[in-house]
Amino acid sequence: MDVPVEYYLIVSAFMFFAGMYGFITRRNMLTILISLELMLNAVDINFVVINRFLYPDQLEGFFFTLFGLGVTAAETAVAIAIIINIYRNLKSIEVKNLRGMRY
Amino acid sequence: MEITSSQAAFAVLAAIIVICSVLSVTTKRILRSATYLMFVLFASAGIYLLLNYHFLAAVQAAIYAGGILILLIFSIFLTSRPGEKLIHIAASQRVMSALAALFGFAICTFVIVRSGLKIAASASGKIDMHVIGHALMGSEKFQYLLPFEAISILLLASIIGGILIARKR
Repeated sequence: MDVPVEYYLIVSAFMFFAGMYGFITRRNMLTILISLELMLNAVDINFVVINRFLYPDQLEGFFFTLFGLGVTAAETAVAIAIIINIYRNLKSIEVKNLRGMRY
Repeated sequence: MEITSSQAAFAVLAAIIVICSVLSVTTKRILRSATYLMFVLFASAGIYLLLNYHFLAAVQAAIYAGGILILLIFSIFLTSRPGEKLIHIAASQRVMSALAALFGFAICTFVIVRSGLKIAASASGKIDMHVIGHALMGSEKFQYLLPFEAISILLLASIIGGILIARKR
């Protein structure tokens, strides 16, 4: 407990913005998903750190992270199902090739 | 001033997170990107351990590294050829987005440093599994039976959705 709380928050903020950079610059759907995982994980770390340092007698941040992990797993499974279906139809998962799916 | 073991562990974990998260969004091979993501996720499990949340660290390692990452790696194998490189966007766009990310990070760091968070006194000690189990299964205040049931419905829906979307017609 002898690391200040700000250091944890700065590390997770760095992780979040690395994920944001990836989300903007990547053009492959799977790498966009990886960047999204980075951002979600940074938010989870924030919940846990603020729970532990500021409200150590309660467990709200702990359970938010626990349920957030479950939601992330479900979301990733459905997203990957969609990506594989797109690959089956278009033979590519680059974002620029997805125009045919608009209507 | 001497460095305690938890400070040293935090320094190592923070270095892994910072380096590997940058590499994960900048590398040209998609499989390497997933591997660096794995290092980041394990390092965040290490941070949960450092904060004495042992159960959460186990859940993080099991769900992320055991579930999501295997899923990601298999879908990478299914959708890309070996040795294929990712397309990079124009350098000017990359510089602009790096600037946007750095700007956001600078603002967040400024706010965090200036915020003056008050640390509670009793910020240590690990949580008993009994406490977690009772909080997860009760329906009173600060207990989480309803979200638990909601997430079981969500998981069922995503199982059905995944099968429906990905099956062969």
